[in-house]
Amino acid sequence: MASISAGRVLAGLGLLALPLCAPAADLGATIAKQGNGEGATACATCHGADGSGQGAAGFPRLAGLPQAYLAKQLRSFGDGSRANATMKPIANALSAKEIKAVAAYYGGMEPPAKAPGAAGASAERKAAGEAIAKRGLWAKDVPACTKCHGPDGRGVGDNFPPLAGQHASYIRNQIDAWQSDKRSNDPNQLMSGVAQRLSSDEAAAVAAYFASLPAEPTDQ
Amino acid sequence: MSMTSAFHRTLAGLGGLLLAAGGVQAADDLKAQKELAPSPEVGSTGYHQPPALSDLPDDQFGEAVRRGRKAFIQTQKYAGKYVGNGQNCSNCHLGGGTVPNSAPLWGAWPVYPKYRGKNDHVNTMDERIRGCFTYSMDAQDSAAGHPPPPDSQVLKDMQAYMFWMARGAAVGKSLPGRGYKAVSKPEDGYSVARGDKVYQDQCAICHGDDGQGRFADDGTQIFPALWGPRAYNWGAGMHRVNTAAAFIKYNMPLGKAQPAAAKGALTDQQAWDVAAFINSHERPQDPRFDGSIAETADKWHQHECLYDSKVRGHKLGQGVN
Repeated sequence: MASISAGRVLAGLGLLALPLCAPAADLGATIAKQGNGEGATACATCHGADGSGQGAAGFPRLAGLPQAYLAKQLRSFGDGSRANATMKPIANALSAKEIKAVAAYYGGMEPPAKAPGAAGASAERKAAGEAIAKRGLWAKDVPACTKCHGPDGRGVGDNFPPLAGQHASYIRNQIDAWQSDKRSNDPNQLMSGVAQRLSSDEAAAVAAYFASLPAEPTDQ
Repeated sequence: MSMTSAFHRTLAGLGGLLLAAGGVQAADDLKAQKELAPSPEVGSTGYHQPPALSDLPDDQFGEAVRRGRKAFIQTQKYAGKYVGNGQNCSNCHLGGGTVPNSAPLWGAWPVYPKYRGKNDHVNTMDERIRGCFTYSMDAQDSAAGHPPPPDSQVLKDMQAYMFWMARGAAVGKSLPGRGYKAVSKPEDGYSVARGDKVYQDQCAICHGDDGQGRFADDGTQIFPALWGPRAYNWGAGMHRVNTAAAFIKYNMPLGKAQPAAAKGALTDQQAWDVAAFINSHERPQDPRFDGSIAETADKWHQHECLYDSKVRGHKLGQGVN
């Protein structure tokens, strides 16, 4: 209860501060919906108007992710520490100001209430994923995902993004990207070693588990 | 300090237990608080494997193990009355006490009851866990003001959990992976200033720029505090530079170090330097503090630590409130 009321107070403060941020928010919304007219296409085309992404295509949810995290990912696509042929030209076409604005736009969005789901995954696979997520696989020196990504994988600060409510395809692709050195922008290389030690089945199980959780806890 | 006064102090602090222990360690040994003998190297058969949680029976014993495990992992939530800081047992015993070279519970269980130089008598496991509450969990500042009483339910539950995890291990045997794997002190010692740099590069991302850790709005610990009021106190084993270096070397940063493979992420020198830096900050007072830092240091801190040292112009050992 304490955390909910604190969240509401913060939301209230955010609303009060909104007029000051309005130009940046407008810029972010414009880029998200229409692109910037200089090579960056509209984010919403792939990531959705509501920022929920598209699981079938591996496009991640952006809504509600930490703004600083989103901005850093765009810079990483630009500098190649996230090798991604689709995102690189888009990131390169955005100015520093535009990156900040569009990150603020998606970061400020409410995440979808429903879990993306892991329809293709068996109950056993999700249970195996939950065990790794909560307890780790210490025989091969893999800590519990929730140790850094927070209880139930809802993210911690700007450096440990939420995994709950993210598409299984995207989580899976990222673990692959770390394993194949296509992604190396993790702070202090905290994720790369962990990813290297996961088998393909384990990665799929963890991805299915987190995709089966909604981004935010549901009110009971 | 004389042998007699040390003896009397110990007696006063520990009551009649000492009477039953038989034999008293020489005063010099007590002051030196000898380190644990190293555990044997792991052989081709690997480390002890604790049984799977799914094998737990659905009976009173199984329930006790489950409760013990919960109290061990979420100590603030399930034994919070006796926790005076922001710690959980599993902060120093990774993987819920299952991980080799991370002071696994299955390594401790078979060697108790055991003589300990720290308090100069034979300790049961019940008393040993109370020691963890007294120092690492800073029970003096908890709601209860003291560790769980002897033979209380939480201690029974935690021991049930330990016993369960040690199933099949040889009683009385020091198992490979027990405790922390010692890291020899570097030839040129250690440097708090170099450790500061290691800390900022490797640790601050989780533990915070100021060692304060990270806590959710409801007080749930996300990343443990390393100094300040939410950290282990000046009597905890982790305040010793060698102990912290051993823990850090094979366990930190989380996900980079590989305790089961006994592979460190930091060099030995970095582990010692950053262990010294972390332990060059104030933390809750040693519960054995008798009003004088110098006297407390003489009686209880004749080991590798910075209690009673002056660092960055500050005399350490004042405690925090």
